[in-house]
Amino acid sequence: MTVSASVGESAGPAASGEPLLKLRGISKHFGAVQALYQVDLDLPAATVTALCGDNGAGKSCLTKTIAGIYQADEGEIFFEGSQVHIRSPKDSAALGIETVYQDLALADNLDIVQNMFLGRERKGRFFLDEDDMEKAAAETLAGLRVTTVRSIRQPVATLSGGQRQAVAVAKAVMWNSKLVLLDEPTAALGVAQTQMVLELIRRLKDHGLAVMVISHNLNDVFEVADRIAVLRLGRMVAQDNISAFDRETVVDFMTSGGSNRGVAAVGTQAAL
Amino acid sequence: MAGIEDLKGEPVPLEESAAELAPDLTAAAVDVVPPALVAQSMGQYMRAWWVRVRGGDAGVLPVVLALVGVSLVLQIVSPRGLFLSPGNIVNLFIQSSVFIVLAMSETFVLLLGDIDLSVGYVGAIGGIIAGNFVQPGLDWPWWIAIVIGLAVTCVIGWIYGLIITKLRLPAFVVTLAGFLFYFGVMIILLGASGSVPISSTVLVNQEFLYGIVNTNIDPTLGWIGLVVIVLVLGATIWLRDTGRRKSGLVAPPVGLTVAKIAFLAGAGIVVVAICNVNRGTFLPIAGVPWVVPIVLAVLGVWTILLERTQFGRHMYAVGGNAEAARRAGISVDNVRTVAFILCALTAGIGGVIYLSWQGGISTNINGGQLVLYAVAAAVIGGTSLFGGRGRAIHGVLGGLVIGAIYNGLYLLGLAIQWQLIATGLVLLAAVAVDSLYRRGAGGVARA
Repeated sequence: MTVSASVGESAGPAASGEPLLKLRGISKHFGAVQALYQVDLDLPAATVTALCGDNGAGKSCLTKTIAGIYQADEGEIFFEGSQVHIRSPKDSAALGIETVYQDLALADNLDIVQNMFLGRERKGRFFLDEDDMEKAAAETLAGLRVTTVRSIRQPVATLSGGQRQAVAVAKAVMWNSKLVLLDEPTAALGVAQTQMVLELIRRLKDHGLAVMVISHNLNDVFEVADRIAVLRLGRMVAQDNISAFDRETVVDFMTSGGSNRGVAAVGTQAAL
Repeated sequence: MAGIEDLKGEPVPLEESAAELAPDLTAAAVDVVPPALVAQSMGQYMRAWWVRVRGGDAGVLPVVLALVGVSLVLQIVSPRGLFLSPGNIVNLFIQSSVFIVLAMSETFVLLLGDIDLSVGYVGAIGGIIAGNFVQPGLDWPWWIAIVIGLAVTCVIGWIYGLIITKLRLPAFVVTLAGFLFYFGVMIILLGASGSVPISSTVLVNQEFLYGIVNTNIDPTLGWIGLVVIVLVLGATIWLRDTGRRKSGLVAPPVGLTVAKIAFLAGAGIVVVAICNVNRGTFLPIAGVPWVVPIVLAVLGVWTILLERTQFGRHMYAVGGNAEAARRAGISVDNVRTVAFILCALTAGIGGVIYLSWQGGISTNINGGQLVLYAVAAAVIGGTSLFGGRGRAIHGVLGGLVIGAIYNGLYLLGLAIQWQLIATGLVLLAAVAVDSLYRRGAGGVARA
């Protein structure tokens, strides 16, 4: 188990070299409230990392820092090995980081194609190039095996919760993205739809994307994640390969910041 | 890393996937898919369409039924069946034109979930300014007069947009203030005489403005124009639909494409034929009033803007989910400001038509009633009061319903109070339908 404070530069994942995204010593405060304190986080490519933590642990704040909505007060961000400064959502999008927020940010009155290209519409000289957008959207959905939607021209209002999540994810990966952040992707879903979304997350990984999933649901975490990072009160209290944890230890870390169940030895970095 | 290229592997045509619907796709979710988007044959299309109508989203069906129903009732009760006589139908088109154009203007702000309560007087100001520039002494070219009038309304809309987006004030209140403000400005502009007449038969430019509504297209030219319009639109629809069918994109069946073009041609033939009947009593009067193609041009341009351009797409996005639009990098404030400019611009066009129709504008103009009719027409036509749903055609259809009530009750000799009562009831029905649809759609989204 790697406690964040002990993570050195040498502690990168062994198998794939440098992680795609590397956060070092990220701190963020809002007035007197210290939301994040010296947080280190690795997000390797082709890997699903679950970010766990109780309410108010700083999960959303950390996500928004990566997404460029917040800027860290302190700390460094490395993307593909080189230091970057993410000052706005545009910066993160330019790096290939896409975020799927819990509310999905879909316009119900627009259809799937229109939502997937929202803000980045393709046009001819004057008018929208609907045919081109529809083909590209269909290809992306097919690549993700999202085949349950009956027509990609149906309004998003007519989709089920799982389908909406799938559209939001497909929208995120359309843009040559390398890292996808998913905020509680299964929170509002039933069992079958949760399975569908978890399957989708695995497919993102198969395509070589780095995925970070924020989740309260440990069932989902253990089903889909390769790595787990646990935040507690703004500090990264544990971060390791999934095999180093079980449910109880994750809960221990989330609630008390440590675990004495002896599943993982603090200070070792498991190979990915 | 994975991008679109990597995701292309083994493309699964989405059309085939309908066969393997996942269990979570509820029947309700399937049912409300717009029929044109999934149906492969006319039979399927009709079934899908009917399912959708029962689900509460019937597109323009309610307003078309309302128009037919109102027309039939008025035809039966009007003296000597006068309502559907050619002369009265032309009259109806003319009377509806102001409501139609103002409803289209209101559509831009209704799409964002806003409202503009001042389109009546803002439009009047546009008309009055245009009228002022063709008065004796000035006598500027008619088109410069119109451009100046519309430019002023654009500035009014731009100021609304600035106030609403920069000061974060609700459009309802800002435009209510504008309603009073521009009512006052209008009275000042009209001056001591209290009117701007354009009924001169000597001044060419006045005559031209008057002629927008009050002169007709030569019957032969009317037919030629219709043929050109049907050919151009028909070819556009045909090429687009067949192109999409060929490349395997979501497209309506061939039968529907043919039906659309046939309906377009049929409706055009009926309108031109009716307008070309001699409706004069002493001197022959025939032909389509010039205001009809003008209204259709406004409809065409605004439809293209809303449904074929990036800006139009962004308007729908802001109306549907402003937060999603903002996160997608769309400047919500810019979209809103431009919407108010377009609203005021279109209101100005309505004002010029009103000026032409009445041969001038006086302090008798009822801007309050006009704005209520405009909102009512848009909502009756199918535009949502809650944003995100609405088309320019809704303003046209709703405006015709309002015009029919206005015209029909006038024929019956019923005074203004009955027009108001009838319009109020129709508006209530339209809002109820709108609200029911929203509840229906919400239910599906949760499914």
